[in-house]
Amino acid sequence: MVKLKDIAKACKSKNAGPFAITLDIMFDDEAVFKKVQASGVINAAHIARLYKVREQDVLFTPYPPALAWKATLPRPVASGAIGDVDVYGAQQHAPLLDIDIPL
Amino acid sequence: MTTDCVRMMSASGILGYGFPEASLNAAMALKPHMIGVDGGSSDPGPHYLGSGKTLNSRLAMKRDLSLLLRAAIAHDVPMMVGTCGGAGGEPHLQACAEIVREIAREHDLHFKMAVIHAEQDRSTIEAARAEGRIEPLGQAGALTAEQIASTERIVGMMGPEPYRAALAAGAQVILGGRGTDPAPWVALAMHHGMPAAPAWYAGKILECACNAAIPKKHDCLMVTVGEDYVEAEPLNPELRCTPMSLAVQALHETSSPVLRDEPGGVVDARECVIRAVSDRRVRVTGMKWTPRPYTIKLEGARAVGFSAIAFAATRDPGLIGQIDSFLDFVRTSTATKVAALGLPADQWQLVLRTYGATGVMGQWEPNPLFAPQELGIIAEVVATTQELANAALSLARVTLLHSDFPGRMCREGNMAFPFSPSDIERGAIYEFCLQHVLHVDEPTSLFPIDYESL
Repeated sequence: MVKLKDIAKACKSKNAGPFAITLDIMFDDEAVFKKVQASGVINAAHIARLYKVREQDVLFTPYPPALAWKATLPRPVASGAIGDVDVYGAQQHAPLLDIDIPL
Repeated sequence: MTTDCVRMMSASGILGYGFPEASLNAAMALKPHMIGVDGGSSDPGPHYLGSGKTLNSRLAMKRDLSLLLRAAIAHDVPMMVGTCGGAGGEPHLQACAEIVREIAREHDLHFKMAVIHAEQDRSTIEAARAEGRIEPLGQAGALTAEQIASTERIVGMMGPEPYRAALAAGAQVILGGRGTDPAPWVALAMHHGMPAAPAWYAGKILECACNAAIPKKHDCLMVTVGEDYVEAEPLNPELRCTPMSLAVQALHETSSPVLRDEPGGVVDARECVIRAVSDRRVRVTGMKWTPRPYTIKLEGARAVGFSAIAFAATRDPGLIGQIDSFLDFVRTSTATKVAALGLPADQWQLVLRTYGATGVMGQWEPNPLFAPQELGIIAEVVATTQELANAALSLARVTLLHSDFPGRMCREGNMAFPFSPSDIERGAIYEFCLQHVLHVDEPTSLFPIDYESL
């Protein structure tokens, strides 16, 4: 078992418009990307669990040209609205780092 | 007018972020068909759309515009700016137009300018709503007349059509209000006869300039569009585009890397082939454009009140260990004191953020019980007036400082304040409030164009 942060090139978050946050998990080694893909651990249900949203609200896209997965979620609070914590959505990636990958 | 391929330059991620002058010169040596830059984003939050202020400084925008304008006029090619001034409303657009006029005077430049408006009257949007032409996106509900009436400023996101109209009318400098980011480049490519699919794909690469290159920096990008391909190459020799860097740009600030909704259709990149032409130039083929009924995405900002904030921090392990119950007490006690001033509860609210614990992720924090050495607290009050926000924050601050809690060792004060005064007025604050599209028959109908000869 390894943590995603130890094998991924990037785990990042950013706004996708004012009402959604998009998460990218990216690799720089095709062989590692394929192994992680084969493990089946990176999926919409897992992201939904980490971010406490409904699975049907996660737009999940594997994107092999960038050795990447993308998941887009509705924000709990719109960017910059009262109570928002992250206007750019650029620091919501931490839960991805500790995903266990059975390699 | 048709041609084999069209070369287009994007100067930087956003007008005012800056770019090396050498890269612009390198672009002009390659005889581009246009140079342009995106001017905005919703990323910095609702303040700019709501207040009418520009995202970047006038000085920074003028520096970029001055270089771009002089290059475009000297080489007799169009210069286009999308989503002027950050939010693309009327004040943002006029701020940029005024800078362009000033530069033209200072450098004795002469050209025809088009200014494309994107700000919408509430009455126009209300009429569309009443006609059933507005549709919610994502988790938004149906738009109501009350929501429209309470919106401070509404913009429509234009597609490439208004830019094409301005090009057809012979404008050399085109300033656009709010638009979909690729719009200026899509318009130029299609103006020269390129098909929609590669034109849109090129526009998406260009909108963030050298975000599509590595190493990532604010610099100029050149993209060539042909009948069935797009090629990208940075102008700074220190940068390069690789198949991976192009693919990464496809992931940037979008909900899907392969299907992108745009006004009038969907850009489909599922079958794209991305390959290196050289060690710094990349060719993409296989993109598709699927036409859809034409819709204009709306953006709006609503005033939600006035804000005041104070920063405070504690180094007390006993307090850090019971911070949640302490802050609950602060909320209740502050509410009692504010009520004693005669201020109704529905006219103010207190928001407490704890940095070192859950300040960054809020309700998404997976590890909220972590006990740090220090804890920073930002207390914010949002209220119906600045005076009320200041008054309620003052009471919240005193309550944070002087409330008792079990096991309290330091009764002189619970908080370290780094500043005097500790309380900071933030003025009027806004929130994004529209997540809707408007169906139109004519793509240019919401975007009137003014022409002027300079």
